[in-house]
Amino acid sequence: MAEIAESGGGGHDKGKKRAKKSSTRVDMTPMVDLAFLLLTFFVLTSTFSKPKVMSLAYPAKIDEPIDKNAPKLNNGITFLLSKDKIFYYTGEFYPADRPGKDGPTKLTETNFSASGLRKVLADLNSYVLLRKEGMVKKVKAKQMADTTYTRELEQLKGKPEALKVLVKTDDKALCKNFIDLIDEVKIAEIGVIAPVPMLPAELKLLETQLKK
Amino acid sequence: MPKIKIPKSSPSIDMTPMVDLAFLLVTFFMLAASFRPSEPVTVETASSISDKVIPENNIMVTLDPDGKVYFNLTNPEARKEALNNMASLYKVSFNEEQIEKFALMSTFGCTMKELPAYIDLPGDSRKEFKTEGIPLDSLDNQLKNWISYSQMAALNTGKTAYEEAKQKGLAPDADDFKPKFIIRADGKSVYKKAEKVIDVFRELNLNNLNFVTSSEFNPNNPN
Repeated sequence: MAEIAESGGGGHDKGKKRAKKSSTRVDMTPMVDLAFLLLTFFVLTSTFSKPKVMSLAYPAKIDEPIDKNAPKLNNGITFLLSKDKIFYYTGEFYPADRPGKDGPTKLTETNFSASGLRKVLADLNSYVLLRKEGMVKKVKAKQMADTTYTRELEQLKGKPEALKVLVKTDDKALCKNFIDLIDEVKIAEIGVIAPVPMLPAELKLLETQLKK
Repeated sequence: MPKIKIPKSSPSIDMTPMVDLAFLLVTFFMLAASFRPSEPVTVETASSISDKVIPENNIMVTLDPDGKVYFNLTNPEARKEALNNMASLYKVSFNEEQIEKFALMSTFGCTMKELPAYIDLPGDSRKEFKTEGIPLDSLDNQLKNWISYSQMAALNTGKTAYEEAKQKGLAPDADDFKPKFIIRADGKSVYKKAEKVIDVFRELNLNNLNFVTSSEFNPNNPN
């Protein structure tokens, strides 16, 4: 042990000298490896550990019968969800035995991709999206405060011209399908989303469509 | 040729500052990371663009792929109160120790009858506990009672916390102290099952619900 204090001056025996030198230094590499491994682990876990939530307001349950004289849904789209499949129609529902002006309602199939659902919603909700784009430009050019922007966007979403979305699911639809749909609806800046029960006539139409 | 003297320098670099820094960061992240207690069920949620972080004070109903229902309440004080109320309603007795243990537990999914046995299990064997989840059919709607008692208890504890914050001279937002209602449904579970849970909330007039999602890229706000 006393050898450590000895300076490496005398170089008579080379083997001995080397042994002395190595004893003073500890190899820190494994410790550093471990430290960085732990560091990476904690950095990654602590950033991603907090899950996010998506809020959705459901309509209140009322026992009163539905008002027959209520205004008709004039600018709405109804989605019918089944397992990994999605269909939609716009406006009112006309069953086969009570067709409307353009005959009975036909379902259109789409998908959850950006070219499917997102495009459909963006086209139908262009009223809001175009105005939003204009407002974003104004905010960027500092002509509009962002608090005004948030307020006006909320107002815009509630206007009669803005698209309203009804979501109806059958027994096979998965939670993932539902959340994906709500997500796309939120991307399209739609303010009114209502998950409602499916009508028997709609279910029949959906089932014939699924069999095709 | 004169001999060139090569300075005798050791080939290894002094790593001490780097190690110091690394350990400092490790310590920071270890302390800052909040460890969630082990959950009896692992759920893979769908993804959404939402960037709203899950609220601290919440009442959460979990739905696993088989459609089993689990319940969780974050506030330990409110948990005790809710358990006491549920115990007297279903005539199940719990001892002091069980109540203390329950307050620190996480998600659970068993009937009131099974609950004392479930609490007595050590933490890691709770995963293996065979149960059908919390019943929520019309004859035995335990979930509804759990939610309504938990909501009352969480509102009470929230109120005291709000008063305390007010006395400290802060300007608290009363809304932050109210419990938020969260549904954590597995992406592969059937939506009709989730709808049943949602209906339980709606029957209690709790219409503002939150779905737990993992985050994904937002095309409107790419940064």
